[in-house]
Amino acid sequence: MTTLLEVVQLRKHFPIKGGLLNRQTATVRAVDGVSFTVEQGETLGVVGESGCGKSTTARLTMHLLTPDEGTIVFDGKTVGSSQMPLRTLRRQMQMVFQDSFASLNPRLTIEESIAFGPRVHGVPGKEARERARDLLAKVGLNPAQFIRRYPHELSGGQRQRVNIARALALQPRLLILDESVSALDKSVQAQVLNLLSDLKAEFGLTYLFISHDLHVVKYMSDRVMVMYLGKVAEVGPVQAIYNKPLHPYTSGLLSAMPSLDPDQRTAAPPLVGDPPNPINPPSGCRFRTRCPYAEGVCAEVEPKLSAIGADRLAACHMVNPDSGHTKAGMALDVPVLPSLMKKTEATA
Amino acid sequence: MSAVPISTVPASPDPAGDPLVQVRDLTVRFTNSDATIHAVNGVSFDLHRGEVLGILGESGSGKSVTLKTLMRLLPERKSKLGGSMRVAGQDVIAMNASQLTAYRGKIVSMIFQEPMLAFDPVFTIGQQIGEAVIKHEGVSRVEARKRALQMLERVQIPSAARRLDAYPHELSGGMRQRAMIALALACKPQLLLADEPTTALDATVQIQILLLLRELQKEFGMAVIFVTHDVGAAVEVSDRIAVMYAGRFIETGDIRALIRQPRHPYSQGLLAANVLPGSAREGRVEAIPGSPPNLAAVPPGCAFAPRCKYVEERCRGAYPVATTVAASHTVHCILSEAGAQSAV
Repeated sequence: MTTLLEVVQLRKHFPIKGGLLNRQTATVRAVDGVSFTVEQGETLGVVGESGCGKSTTARLTMHLLTPDEGTIVFDGKTVGSSQMPLRTLRRQMQMVFQDSFASLNPRLTIEESIAFGPRVHGVPGKEARERARDLLAKVGLNPAQFIRRYPHELSGGQRQRVNIARALALQPRLLILDESVSALDKSVQAQVLNLLSDLKAEFGLTYLFISHDLHVVKYMSDRVMVMYLGKVAEVGPVQAIYNKPLHPYTSGLLSAMPSLDPDQRTAAPPLVGDPPNPINPPSGCRFRTRCPYAEGVCAEVEPKLSAIGADRLAACHMVNPDSGHTKAGMALDVPVLPSLMKKTEATA
Repeated sequence: MSAVPISTVPASPDPAGDPLVQVRDLTVRFTNSDATIHAVNGVSFDLHRGEVLGILGESGSGKSVTLKTLMRLLPERKSKLGGSMRVAGQDVIAMNASQLTAYRGKIVSMIFQEPMLAFDPVFTIGQQIGEAVIKHEGVSRVEARKRALQMLERVQIPSAARRLDAYPHELSGGMRQRAMIALALACKPQLLLADEPTTALDATVQIQILLLLRELQKEFGMAVIFVTHDVGAAVEVSDRIAVMYAGRFIETGDIRALIRQPRHPYSQGLLAANVLPGSAREGRVEAIPGSPPNLAAVPPGCAFAPRCKYVEERCRGAYPVATTVAASHTVHCILSEAGAQSAV
């Protein structure tokens, strides 16, 4: 496999202004040193709670936001260099957002919206319109019926199909799907997930799939990256992450999924409290305030994202035998950290 | 307006006597100059004291409207109610303004998806909980404040005494949801209506709130109607589930029966969409084609017929009657009618 996208030490802080003279009073550390790679043809799932920086990471990768620090390498070429100017990047990397209505121009017909990108990139009008019709058929909307319609005449599921067609109109290689199915009803969501799998196979696409829904991420992804408060907690193959999470946050997040078996209801919440505010993240390990295994070293030293075996990375002192944590190495030995294991109870 | 088919869910036997909630043939229509929206089309059910009913449905299925009707929160002029609703022996539809004031908060309370909108931003949490207690129980201000503190402690808000004087915007999302539960339960209502209370929350906070609700339900012995689109959330809290589609309860049953052996093709599809296969390589999601119906023009007969893979001609004629497939498990589908079981 070849690496299609490589993100190195991405950082984005948002200033908060206020008070007298509108000076900067605080900083939201939205993305704080995030590195990952996406291989050609794979789906990398990104999970995390609100405020963990997953959407900011997507926007930085797409260069909709300019990173404060860090480099993005697409197809071996540094983004922003003469080999990969933004215009070239945008042709190869496209994005589908959560809000299907806000991401379409209300004054353009569906056909015009889909043909707009190719037109900007120099495709003749007639050809661009033909491409729009082909793509509409590919995403399961009858072109004859839909090309003249406006976004408000479509249902949410149909609009999201149009957004997918619009993203594919430039024949990109990488698609960033930022909570693209989250706003859809479950029955419609299932249709769109099937569509995304089909399109991926047909066009040989690579996906960066962002969602807060752990079921959906498990279904779609080859590898999963777990984020917490602007940092990467853990990366690994989907089966490994779901069966044997290494980071306590991953364990907690997985155990927090509601049970689907009425006889095995969750007995106790695995994690307590809310995720902290990214304005003043905790020192050291950012998860330590909610971690049942937190010790002194966790407050003092920030754990590095270190390799575990061939294909996994985790940022926790417990996976590093030399960290000085009393349970160093423990996370490697047990399938799920005991105090974060899902506790179930039979219902009366 | 066409006649609405009758759907009756038989009451489960309850030794404790009359059910707390009795809804018969409830219909809700919203009218404006352009169209009439048929939001609820003949919902009937009983709910006993201490029972938890989960209403599962997608957006536009009428689940939230059903709840708001039970609380009489719909705008009077634009909505038309039909059928009957009795809660704790009182006719809810016939209540006047002063009766409603006594009813809301005391007999029935409601919690919402977005607590920021449920609280008044200019009063503290303590003032708002206290106000409810003073209104309903006529206690002193000091007594009310004490009660508010107790409630905040009961919903496990850390440093509750300090939070009493906090304004809603000063609390985090999970904390605000806890405060709203404290407000709703301050006067020990007999029925709690929960309208997607955990949908807007993060995964690790959601499970905390679900378990808190389950614990408080047992402790207070109250009945709960829990509306959600998330099968997992419904499983965690409910005794019984009703699946709603186009303003009707198309299938009602005990939680185990309904999750393990859904009978209506829509329930089957909805569960398949929630319980995804392990990965995309192992199998496709069983997706229901099409999208939910337009409530301005609900088709006659079964509203799911246009999306159903088992559809027959008679599905489009009349809405199927309730078929009891097992004790306290009923379904409105011709496939479950006598002699047709093998098809599903």
